[in-house]
Amino acid sequence: MKKLINDPDTVVSDALIGMDAAHPGLRIDHDRHIIYRADAPVAGKVGLISGGGSGHEPMHGGLVGPGMLDAACAGAVFTSPTPDQMLEATKKVDSGMGVLHIVKNYTGDVMNFEMAAEMAAVETGVEVRSVVTNDDVAVEDSLYTAGRRGVGVTVLLEKIVGAAAEQGRSLEELVALAGRVNDAGRSMGMALTSCIVPAAGSPTFDLGADEMEIGIGIHGEPGRYREPLGSAAEIAERIVVPVIQDFPLDKGDRVLAFVNGMGGTPLIELYLMYGEIAKILERHGIEIPRNLVGPYITSLEMAGCSVTLLRLDDELIDLWDAPVNTPALRWGV
Amino acid sequence: MTVGDQTVGDETVGDEMVTVDGLRAWMVEFARIVAENKEHLTQLDSAIGDADHGINLNRGMQAVLGVLDGAPPKEVSDLLKTVGMTLVSTVGGASGALYGTYFLRLATSGGDTSELSPAEFGAALRAGLDGVVARGKPELGDKTMFDAMAPATDALNAALAAGERLATALGEASSAAAAGRDATIPLLARKGRASYLGERSIGHQDPGATSTAMLFAAAAATLA
Repeated sequence: MKKLINDPDTVVSDALIGMDAAHPGLRIDHDRHIIYRADAPVAGKVGLISGGGSGHEPMHGGLVGPGMLDAACAGAVFTSPTPDQMLEATKKVDSGMGVLHIVKNYTGDVMNFEMAAEMAAVETGVEVRSVVTNDDVAVEDSLYTAGRRGVGVTVLLEKIVGAAAEQGRSLEELVALAGRVNDAGRSMGMALTSCIVPAAGSPTFDLGADEMEIGIGIHGEPGRYREPLGSAAEIAERIVVPVIQDFPLDKGDRVLAFVNGMGGTPLIELYLMYGEIAKILERHGIEIPRNLVGPYITSLEMAGCSVTLLRLDDELIDLWDAPVNTPALRWGV
Repeated sequence: MTVGDQTVGDETVGDEMVTVDGLRAWMVEFARIVAENKEHLTQLDSAIGDADHGINLNRGMQAVLGVLDGAPPKEVSDLLKTVGMTLVSTVGGASGALYGTYFLRLATSGGDTSELSPAEFGAALRAGLDGVVARGKPELGDKTMFDAMAPATDALNAALAAGERLATALGEASSAAAAGRDATIPLLARKGRASYLGERSIGHQDPGATSTAMLFAAAAATLA
């Protein structure tokens, strides 16, 4: 294992120290591993909290700031944070208008956020609501699985709902909007290589030098199938067509196309992939009024990418365009 | 084992109460077994999960030992609540939420007392099981900790209802947990990360059912 770390056991703590030093707009609770926007709680605004295992940076800590999250709880690498972190963050960001928990659909995340919401109900007067993202079409959504995983849509949802929260919308309105965004988004990912969890020290899974995994999860969970490595154009077909078909999207639909890097893939390849994906969408008559290209929901040093399509309407475009000022996303400020 | 004040004269259970010291010994033994089998649990988890069950549960149980050493609780509910809250805040993931919920429900059921009768202990384990069901919504055969916990809880309560002594009931519970654990091997996972594997989860022993069997083995070794 070759990593820029001091000790596998202190990776998260050490990274938060650096994040604190780099971003004066954030306030970090180093004991509890919670990242806050420095001015939280913001009067007249619903508090937005997310969190998850570490190793997906910039999600979620890098998405904290005006126009997005009020706080993010960082778990151990690839392990859900705990209810006491979420409860503390909930108390700290509530301005009296309630708090929305944004949860990715993984068994551990869902259970821990549920416990935090129950504790908040018992121990505080804070009104808490939750939205669970589940946009990964690679997973069969049935009673016989944990359901679709929450992936790329989470980033887009945090931006859009964050903008709406900044306008002073009520908790009830934000819950409805968040549900609408989640329903309007679908994703699929692929990997060229595995990743190494620092505490484990060895690759999470084995992938041959000439193989790729289509439908990979952001923790190295297996995808739909494995096959010989193809060209970027072929890979784009493999991951975009299932997403289009899952909606299904029609000619004339407008989408935000998000090409996400898994952590180990350079931007030159992500732009190349975006070009291939845009061609496919054009062929289907789908418009792309907005896009996002870059590593935002990563899986340590895994090489690969995912594509998320979010069906847009005028309201979602306006909220996407609204000012945001976080370490990872910043415009209009 | 101690003789509880309120059970003097009750010949059947007067000498087999579950005391705070007993519960504490149970936790110490569970922590010992988990530490000893940390690699084994993690290996099982790497086959069908995310390779951290042994690491996470061991971290939690070591934290439990530390907290119990620092301020030994005097009542059943205090002790079990301390265990539950410590696991919830140190383990993370689904296993932290599930084991944490389990002990918090045991605490609520156990109440502010210094000891439990076997029947009260059986009822507490039933309440814990109900908590796991409420949290994780498992069904028998989903290939989870529930596949060991449910038969163990049933076996304990059935044995007590049939008039067996606590030691016998705990032995039967431990055997039922081990059998439930072994029975997870051919199952197809329908919950948690293992469910993403579909057919590929078949043939692997569930790590959660394995640690739950350890919990009941520790109970049989310490509570009677």
